Amino acid sequence: MKIKNHIILFLVLLAVWLLLNSSFEIHILIVGVVVSLIITLIFCRNCNVFSEIKLTPKAFFYAIIYVFVFSAALIKSNFDVARRVVTPSLPINPGIVTVKTKLKSKIGRLILANSITLTPGTLTIDIKDDILYIHWIDVLSTNIDEDTQQIVSRFEKYLEVIYG
Amino acid sequence: MDGTLQIIGAILTLIGSIFLFLGSLGLVRMPDSYNRIQAGTKASTLGTILTLLGIAFINPDWTGKLILLILFVLLTNPISSNVLARAAHYINIPLYKKTVIDKLKKEETIKVNVSEDKINTNSDKKEDKQ
Repeated sequence: MKIKNHIILFLVLLAVWLLLNSSFEIHILIVGVVVSLIITLIFCRNCNVFSEIKLTPKAFFYAIIYVFVFSAALIKSNFDVARRVVTPSLPINPGIVTVKTKLKSKIGRLILANSITLTPGTLTIDIKDDILYIHWIDVLSTNIDEDTQQIVSRFEKYLEVIYG
Repeated sequence: MDGTLQIIGAILTLIGSIFLFLGSLGLVRMPDSYNRIQAGTKASTLGTILTLLGIAFINPDWTGKLILLILFVLLTNPISSNVLARAAHYINIPLYKKTVIDKLKKEETIKVNVSEDKINTNSDKKEDKQ
């Protein structure tokens, strides 16, 4: 199971190197492979960040869908903020609410918290176990289940498949 | 062909800078720190991404580096705003007076007392100096 961490870290490093160089010439490729391999072997003795990622075709498919869902939410949230800022009466109704997440893995929760911050009107403030504290610019309800339905569930169904 | 790419890039950069402008307008107009962080984070993220995409259209050689920059902004921007908001809440920066509910407050009563003491001692010192 540990070899998966090494492989993913190696591929990420190699991708960063190739993007930085913006070329696929053979000598650049060789330098990138060698350096990535050395860094992976030295610094990844007991890293377990990626061990919760599932590498099934379904997870890959859901990851691509997730990128689109997330981009749509990001654009929507920008128009939402722009509308609130431009309206003279400043239509905000803020508050801090709690939501519950079903995700178990650390990196899954990190991605979820980041996504919540970048979606319309919500900002993750704190996380304790499976409870997320969220500053909501326009509070619709204070019930934890309804809030979870409103804020978390649209991302969770994808992240659950990807990270478990 | 080059001309159209440049025009697309210019339009994307312009839209990005409009979002950045709206974000900074939000910083001025919003009533408390948390709402300001909200406006700042979202607008600056999409504004930066669109600006960088526009540059990628104008100068296609830089596309790889710009993609890296976009990923970096996407990963770090929400984290920094989260840390700012959390720190603001822990040192008792007040919420807007129309705030509906604050569920985090109830679980922090002990820490709140500690930080209030600290704030009081700090203000005492300032008064002494004056």
